[in-house]
Amino acid sequence: MTLIATQSLTKTYGGRVTALTDLTVGVEPGIIGLVGANGAGKSTLIKILLGLIAPTSGQVSVLGIDPTVDSAAVRARVGYMPEHDCLPPDLSAAELVTHLGRMSGLPRTAARERASEALRHVGLYEERYRPVGGYSTGMKQRVKLAQALVHDPDLLLLDEPTNGLDPAGRDAMLALVHRIGTEFGISVLVCSHLLGEVERICDTLIAIDGGRLLRADHISAMTSATDVLAVEVSEGTEELAARLAALDLPVARDGRLLLVPLADDTTYDLILGAVAELDLPLHRLDQRRHRVAELFATRELTHA
Amino acid sequence: MPESSTAAVRSTPTGVIHDIGYQRYEGPRLGRRHVFGALYLHGLRTAFGFGRSAKAKIFPWLVVGIVTLVAVALAAVRSQIGEPVATYAQFADAMSWLVIFFVAVVAPELVSRDLRSGVLPLYFSRPLPRSDYALAKLLALVTALWLLLGGPQLLMFLGAAFTTKQGMRGVWNELLDLLPGLLYAGLWAVVFASVGMLVASLTGKRAFAAGGVVAVFLMTTPIVGVLSILPSRAANELAGLASPSTLVQGVGIWSLGDLLVEGDPGEMMIGGFGPVYALAAVLLVAGATALLLARYRKVAS
Repeated sequence: MTLIATQSLTKTYGGRVTALTDLTVGVEPGIIGLVGANGAGKSTLIKILLGLIAPTSGQVSVLGIDPTVDSAAVRARVGYMPEHDCLPPDLSAAELVTHLGRMSGLPRTAARERASEALRHVGLYEERYRPVGGYSTGMKQRVKLAQALVHDPDLLLLDEPTNGLDPAGRDAMLALVHRIGTEFGISVLVCSHLLGEVERICDTLIAIDGGRLLRADHISAMTSATDVLAVEVSEGTEELAARLAALDLPVARDGRLLLVPLADDTTYDLILGAVAELDLPLHRLDQRRHRVAELFATRELTHA
Repeated sequence: MPESSTAAVRSTPTGVIHDIGYQRYEGPRLGRRHVFGALYLHGLRTAFGFGRSAKAKIFPWLVVGIVTLVAVALAAVRSQIGEPVATYAQFADAMSWLVIFFVAVVAPELVSRDLRSGVLPLYFSRPLPRSDYALAKLLALVTALWLLLGGPQLLMFLGAAFTTKQGMRGVWNELLDLLPGLLYAGLWAVVFASVGMLVASLTGKRAFAAGGVVAVFLMTTPIVGVLSILPSRAANELAGLASPSTLVQGVGIWSLGDLLVEGDPGEMMIGGFGPVYALAAVLLVAGATALLLARYRKVAS
């Protein structure tokens, strides 16, 4: 069944500011990345999905329920992690998550059990009895995730879960989100302005810009099958390009870089061999995936 | 997607040693009434500082201590001299300053704290309607205030009932005095909670909220003073409408009569305007509650 479906969804604030324009998208359960620049309409879309604000026009359905009609039913099955700071500093994580579990309708004992389970799944153990005010940003983000998870939702809406985290923290958070989406059997909509980090974990990608849909598709359909090798030499780039072309490798230039499609491991050997024969100072040789960003870049170019 | 989630559970191997994997929740999910009740009880506990730091307990329990002490003293004096020093309703009136103090401390604790920490989106992204949040908090404050006044009244009753010299008949008469007193305490609670909660819900800064509550209740007293010395009888008799405390007292004088003023009309005269006072009290509570609900329709969306 369709996890989230929108039909010509439009939201204007006060009749002037347009947050979403004619957004039609349908996604299957799994991990969905929602990417767009700040102000692209990501948070507006999430709030409409939660039934917190009503769309100006168009239809929307979440888990088969229309949030504009029965928002309570949607919210009972959805967990939401807001972007901004939302934790009372003087409560402990255990108290807060237990209380919010009760607010989702869990009985007292179940709320307490599920709260400590949720906190354990996000990696908070003994710290959970200390006041949240003393937590690091990474720990606070985990508490926010735990409270979204406490009532065992069928869908998680995560608004910028990696906000404010250092690179290691980002990786840990993304790994956690990936685990929730794959092992826990919970669908996740993760929203970010960083395409690079979302594309690593999601199955489906929705890209919006200025409230309009850029593209929504499976990630496998967006990234091309072949990877490329990027070669950079300090000098003699022309000679190397000519030599590689002579070896029947389809070389492309990208500034100081030479891009060679990676057919198999012998491609490495051919390139290294060519560099060695020409006796060129090799600066770098690394493998690049086709980034989704490149697809958007070319797409925008063709439209321009 | 119940189909796919149960499928996921089934495909996961169970009974694995050291399996600390994620467990789906299959237990009951309680409805709106239960969630409302849980939030209400949580608010009531918060009002008295339960489940909160020791610092948060100081002020509520200081007030509780003082009113209890006064009630015990009144009961003790009464058992010695054999006649009541103050009726139950008079006791509630005498404690009005402490009630204001209590509201100024507890109302911000209940609502301003949530506004400040930004926790409201976590509530409103759950099934609970926004109005339920506001009403549960309001009801918690009403109950806390009623307990604050009603508890000591009950102490006074027990003191009187155990020292009465008229047997069961004396206890019965005492009970008939207590019940209007408890109702009057309820009136205090409803009026002060609704106004105090509205003021506190306007700001996330607890100090401002507390100041605002005190200001609304105390700054209006001089208006009453001015109106009550105007050379117009009607203005004098309607003066009490200008401040919540005197409004409540006016309703008390009208409905309880000598239980509150005991023959001597005292300094406060309401003339024949009793029903006006009652209507004003109802309108004040209804208006404050409506504004509170309107506030929570907008906030944090």
